[in-house]
Amino acid sequence: MNIHQETVVLSGHIIDSLLLAKVLDLILMMGGDFDLEAVHIGKTREEPSRARITIRASSHTLLNDILKSIQPHGASVEREADCRLEPAPADGIFPEDFYATTHLPTQIRLNGRWIDVEPIEMDVGIAVDQERATARAVPMGEVRRGELIVTGREGVRVIPLARPRERDVFGFMESHVSAERPHGHVIADIASRMRRLREQHRREGAACRVLLAGGPAIIHAGGRDALTWLIEEEFIHVLFCGNALAAHDMEADLYGTSLGYGLTAGRTVPHGHEHHLRTINRIRAIGSIERAVASGVVKNGIMAACVRKNVPVVMAGTIRDDGPLPGVITDSVQAQRAMRAAIDGVKLALLVASTLHAVATGNLLPATVPTVCADINPSVPTKLADRGSFQAVGLVMDAASFLSELARLLGRPA
Amino acid sequence: MTRLLVCPPDFFGIEYEINPWMRLNNQVDHERAIFQWNSLMAVFERDVGVTLERLTPVPGLPDLVFTANAGVVVGKTAVVSRFRHPERRREEACFEQWFLDHGYKILALEPGLFFEGAGDLLGFPDYWFGGYRQRSDIRVFPILSEWFHREIIPLELVDGRFYHLDTCFCPLSGGELLYFPSAFDRYGQTAIAERIPPAERLVVPEQDALRFACNAVCIDNHVVLPAGCPTTERMLHERGYRIHAVPLDEFMKSGGSAKCLTLKLDE
Repeated sequence: MNIHQETVVLSGHIIDSLLLAKVLDLILMMGGDFDLEAVHIGKTREEPSRARITIRASSHTLLNDILKSIQPHGASVEREADCRLEPAPADGIFPEDFYATTHLPTQIRLNGRWIDVEPIEMDVGIAVDQERATARAVPMGEVRRGELIVTGREGVRVIPLARPRERDVFGFMESHVSAERPHGHVIADIASRMRRLREQHRREGAACRVLLAGGPAIIHAGGRDALTWLIEEEFIHVLFCGNALAAHDMEADLYGTSLGYGLTAGRTVPHGHEHHLRTINRIRAIGSIERAVASGVVKNGIMAACVRKNVPVVMAGTIRDDGPLPGVITDSVQAQRAMRAAIDGVKLALLVASTLHAVATGNLLPATVPTVCADINPSVPTKLADRGSFQAVGLVMDAASFLSELARLLGRPA
Repeated sequence: MTRLLVCPPDFFGIEYEINPWMRLNNQVDHERAIFQWNSLMAVFERDVGVTLERLTPVPGLPDLVFTANAGVVVGKTAVVSRFRHPERRREEACFEQWFLDHGYKILALEPGLFFEGAGDLLGFPDYWFGGYRQRSDIRVFPILSEWFHREIIPLELVDGRFYHLDTCFCPLSGGELLYFPSAFDRYGQTAIAERIPPAERLVVPEQDALRFACNAVCIDNHVVLPAGCPTTERMLHERGYRIHAVPLDEFMKSGGSAKCLTLKLDE
């Protein structure tokens, strides 16, 4: 995180003397940025006014220069305290007054220094290693007895998102959910990001990845070929899904159906409802999806592309799963852990046609990761935003249309 | 009747350089300084009709003559200055003792919070202005404002030659302001303009400002100011003030004039 910030207080007769204006002008003129956190204006002429100003700068030196030049005008650094730490009373239990995180960049003050919480995740706690002076987000279930956990709010600060340099649809970092909005420019912006990220991924590998979390509607709606193409062309580098997406993808390969519907014929096939069960059974017999692809049983499709392109797949199970397929993680805490481990380096997340996986993935992503939620049901992007992933751009549209348009813009032949 | 605290210039001289006016090689003519100071006092006592309180001069404290920097007095309460330059810090004890001996209650600022008295704090009955950056620390004003229940508008002094507010800013008894705008930045000039209507703002030309025309003492309709500021005198005359111009160039060698040599005790 390369944002340096400090909060100062300015008080006295700062309005009529234009002192507040002068201090704010100085900050901007020097290349800094500020948030006026609170301004209290004196009610009478005698009563002083007071302003709390948070100053941000791109470097520590610039921040110090700004502080130095506004200090003679009476702006003094707010008295700050270190964060409070308490040991976890038992495995899997936070101290009573634990600090609950957001997914915004967060810093804690330890021994007089602000340090970044890395990685950050919403709705978890912050564990601190005092010796190394490091802090990380820790889920409730993962905390170990005696680990030092941040409690209270003192000495914790959350940094609002800086406006990204790119002037695209992600620039506003706020959800727009509407079926009436034209989608063309949004998908075009996503495509141009993905083109850039593919180049970066080729240079940097796992440090720069695009994640897709998807539901089986991708297959039912006819988005399978487009997604397969996106994976084969190295536009997608991590896949999160459930049992169903994988099962129907391979069902399509083995039987040409998705949940019994003929994908080309467009009608139910006799005994088609058995196809996905037979598919799952077949893969279980082989032992793994990887082996099914390697042995040539599964030839094409999303799972085959992932295996061939070494794209890590995290399959999280649900209560209504058939089988499940080998590789599906049925313990949801373990599934969360696997998803968390795979999120490192993700620079763009596409959440397509899945309520559960979209919300679960949104919960794990820091707010700094540009996120797109494409779903035909407007309540999904809305729900995602309501659960805190305000940075997600919502697209109310059919999964197949979204993926096909995206692939077309990225050069997939018609 | 107005009372002024003054200090005879027995030990006045240039012994260090702490402002752009002071030059060790531009020594004071001691006889002339005493003559000029006595003339000024005569004007105050005889022409203006004020009572003078004389502080005993102290050897080795050449600037003790500038009693405007003793502190600030409101009723029977005094806040003693805390000088920025160590050269003048020994004066603090002398001023404090005088206030104590004369029955003033002393309010003390914490050490390290610089404040140079009435040199940097002056204004109208309802509100004051505070000069900062060169000598006084801006953080003093909210404290004084709370102690004296008075609004204090801070003004940054941006020209080193006008290092105290009273060198470039002089509120008059009729509500006008005599001042030299270039001593303030855009913000300060705007803040002044928002409080004082154009007709009441008497802008001193640079030539007069450099002779410390603004370092004037206004008591009722009398204005006592250094000699050699014809434009300023004319402006004041047109406003109906009685002008008393006194040659004070020996004190200008030290960066002070009429106002710096006095402290009003009954504000």
